[in-house]
Amino acid sequence: MTDPNDPNHAAVLPHLAVIGAGPAGLAATVAAASRGVRVTLLDSAAQEGGQFYRQPAAELRARRPQALHHEWRTWERLRNGLRTHVDAGAVRHLTDHHVWLVERGSEGFTVHALLGPEQEEPVEVRADAVLLATGGYEKVLPFPGWTLPGVVTAGGAQAMLKGALAVSGRTAVVAGTGPLLLPVATGLAAAGVEVAALVESADPKAFAGRTGALAAQPGKLAEGAGYAARLLRHRVKVLARHTVVEAHGTERLEAVTVAALDGDGRVRHGRERRIACDTLAVGHGMLPHTDLAGTLGCRLDGLAVYVDEEQRTDVPGVWAAGETTGIGGSALSLAEGHIAGRSAAARLRGTEPDPRAWAAAAKVRDRLRAFFAALDSVYAPPAHWTEQVTDDTVVCRCEEVTGGAVRQAVAELGAGDLRTVKLLTRAGMGWCQGRVCAPAVAGLAGCELTPSRRPFARPVPLGVLARAGEPESD
Amino acid sequence: MVGAACALYAGRAGLDVVLVDRGPVAGGTTGAGEGNLLVSDKEPGPELDLALLSGRLWAELAQEFGAAVEYEAKGGVVVASSSGGLAALERFAEGQRAAGVVAEPVAGDALYELEPHLAPGLPGAVHYPQDCQVMPALAAAHLIRASGARLLTGHTVTDVLRAPDGPVRGVRTDRGDIHAPAVVNATGTWGGELAALAGVPLPVLPRRGFVLVTEPLPRKVRHKVYAADYVADVASDSAALQTSPVVEGTAAGPILIGASRERVGFDRTFSLPAVRALAAGATRLFPFLEQVRALRSYLGFRPYMPDHLPAVGPDPRVPGLYHACGHEGAGIGLATGTGRLIAQALTGGTPDLDLTPFRPDRFAEEAA
Ligand SMILES: Cc1cc2nc3c(=O)[nH]c(=O)nc-3n(C[C@H](O)[C@H](O)[C@H](O)COP(=O)(O)OP(=O)(O)OC[C@H]3O[C@@H](n4cnc5c(N)ncnc54)[C@H](O)[C@@H]3O)c2cc1C
Ligand SMILES: Cc1cc2nc3c(=O)[nH]c(=O)nc-3n(C[C@H](O)[C@H](O)[C@H](O)COP(=O)(O)OP(=O)(O)OC[C@H]3O[C@@H](n4cnc5c(N)ncnc54)[C@H](O)[C@@H]3O)c2cc1C
Repeated sequence: MTDPNDPNHAAVLPHLAVIGAGPAGLAATVAAASRGVRVTLLDSAAQEGGQFYRQPAAELRARRPQALHHEWRTWERLRNGLRTHVDAGAVRHLTDHHVWLVERGSEGFTVHALLGPEQEEPVEVRADAVLLATGGYEKVLPFPGWTLPGVVTAGGAQAMLKGALAVSGRTAVVAGTGPLLLPVATGLAAAGVEVAALVESADPKAFAGRTGALAAQPGKLAEGAGYAARLLRHRVKVLARHTVVEAHGTERLEAVTVAALDGDGRVRHGRERRIACDTLAVGHGMLPHTDLAGTLGCRLDGLAVYVDEEQRTDVPGVWAAGETTGIGGSALSLAEGHIAGRSAAARLRGTEPDPRAWAAAAKVRDRLRAFFAALDSVYAPPAHWTEQVTDDTVVCRCEEVTGGAVRQAVAELGAGDLRTVKLLTRAGMGWCQGRVCAPAVAGLAGCELTPSRRPFARPVPLGVLARAGEPESD
Repeated sequence: MVGAACALYAGRAGLDVVLVDRGPVAGGTTGAGEGNLLVSDKEPGPELDLALLSGRLWAELAQEFGAAVEYEAKGGVVVASSSGGLAALERFAEGQRAAGVVAEPVAGDALYELEPHLAPGLPGAVHYPQDCQVMPALAAAHLIRASGARLLTGHTVTDVLRAPDGPVRGVRTDRGDIHAPAVVNATGTWGGELAALAGVPLPVLPRRGFVLVTEPLPRKVRHKVYAADYVADVASDSAALQTSPVVEGTAAGPILIGASRERVGFDRTFSLPAVRALAAGATRLFPFLEQVRALRSYLGFRPYMPDHLPAVGPDPRVPGLYHACGHEGAGIGLATGTGRLIAQALTGGTPDLDLTPFRPDRFAEEAA
């Protein structure tokens, strides 16, 4: 039996719990384990890799998975590093562990997890410090028809490709905004899907003004050029400054209507066109996962977890790295994870870390942060996207709250912020706790998207909660 | 909620009302609690009288707003866990009956007809048909809309304006002055701060409470069900954690479990011990809840006063200043009666209840 809290282990080395086995969590785990710290790495997925290195399920024995991944070599190096440390007993890798709460006590931390996929059986891991590398999740804004079967998130389409090598449909449209749409479109095309169009609401001309930060990233530009070439090769039509105004279908998706946008980000009426498709992959960027950090009392900086130069949060003993601290792609997550792992290892061993030791990673981090800040100002949903949301469009799927109900709460009942709209309409009270609809509700209410408090990162059975952290579970 | 009810009854009494809040509608404790309108947990005395008056007014308002505020006259069931507890509960109910409460003893087997999913082997209960339910945020929003009051959200009161000889002249906000011959302090947990702006002490303190919310379920819990030890907690002066879960199904499907009571100031940190105790209490009453998932938990700060009664009525120390705050864990339930009493005081009418027990200056001697 592998007891996570085996005292034989616990007595010797300081113990770091890393939550999330994506690029950031993997880099942190390897960095810390190489420096005399015992690490427990927890992730809800069945395999390491996170969003980016999401691997084809082993049983499919994909012949050339590397065709789906650039940066395959970095991935191999990390995975081998992880295996070496696991074999040496320095790292315990707990897959299928859904962390629902991290509790800070007088003698360290308790990580509370549920064993997946059923998520009924509890597991508790005690640690001296925790490193949050929980990544982010996709933002999707509503439009009429977005709830039809066949409409998936960009990440969902990508995951289908990478995770199961199965393709959801034969003719796809990829739409929304952001750098993720490119790999999704080329990935689908490479897998044999006919990609009828890539519909991007951002204005390519806007890049011109941002050349400073963008030119400082030759690697990223090359990556972009690579996608452009691949789009061309697969004859994917790119419709910039366009948006999907409606998805059509009775039982499931049959077509979408796409329209051009004017200079103010409004749909140009009379210029719509209909494109037949059975899959629509939509995405409007990513948002950081901050639930665990929020419950620990970590300060947030906007929608992301605040960290200092060493990737420490403002709660002693809690580090954060990767997209939970801000969206910025896998290379940035790797750099942050590396720094966080080194800082945590040094401090857990009672030494002051020397930032010069990770100067190279810090340089990459600073450059990529500037780059993504610039990208962020370019990729944006159409300024007036809410005009497409009809009163009968469902905005909150869990509670079936329509755009009209949200508008009524604002216009007639005095709601002016996310929390009040939620209280008055139930938007955001359901199973997903507003993770999906909060950006949409904020847009419709004309207020700022503020982080909401979600004490539990996962729904937890009351029976588990009733016994959580009790002494007899030791 | 209390400000909304004051605005409604004052407006209907013919007054011109401006409702000022630094946040949005229901942004204070009203949006962070539950909407139990309880008589069952109150011992005979001024609070129960206010609860009975309020209950009648809520029933009237239900004719008008009904479904919009999710009013439900579902009744409460207070369960005893031991035969000794049952005897105490029945004695308590007898006193309540004398004060006008409908309290029907329920024997063991009849209990399972009322609530089939309760844990087996419970000795008995008391059924309180007058216990009701509203959705607080919706209730506040709809009462405000119906009041005709001018609503100024996002306005923080920074001072209470007073004439040189004493009476109030209005309030100063961060966005301008508002002149009025009467000011009603309905700032709940922050009532002491507002009173201080007018130069008088009012001991309102926060008492933290957590609520647990489950995934939506088909209705399995029909009434408001809670264990008898709740009654002891409400009147308790202990600062320690005491939990007495009221378990109830909602129209929307989720089961609400609440609430804990702790005096920890305005500390918003999540407390696993408090929430764990809620889960433990609820699963003890309803074993099927073991497998049901909690989706979220939220917390709020009840406004409490040292003797657990609110401050309602004119402040003799400052002419023109009225208080309507300090309702602790019952401010939703007691809002209507409070609003009616305040409107009567503002218009010089005869109050439906004697305001003496609720006098805002009743603590003055202690404070001095
Ligand atoms: C569709 C798509 C395409 C992309 N394409 C590219 C690309 O081409 N180039 C590029 O640079 N980037 C790309 N990205 C972005 C890249 O995936 C991310 O930048 C990167 O994965 C972030 O790494 P991370 O370690 O911060 O988080 P993630 O990779 O998101 O890892 C977080 C991990 O934490 C786990 N986790 C979260 N919460 C919990 C919990 N409560 N309990 C247990 N485990 C938890 C998750 O299961 C996940 O494995 C793409 C992303 C998507 C969605
Ligand atoms: C967990 C929990 C469960 C509860 N369950 C119940 C229940 O089941 N039944 C029940 O009846 N009660 C319950 N309560 C109690 C109930 O919520 C409160 O008694 C009630 O909400 C108090 O209402 P209020 O209007 O006095 O205060 P609030 O709703 O807090 O309103 C006061 C308002 O004053 C505003 N304010 C404060 N200072 C200023 C200023 N300087 N300028 C401008 N505005 C200001 C605030 O922004 C706030 O909106 C519960 C409370 C909690 C915490």
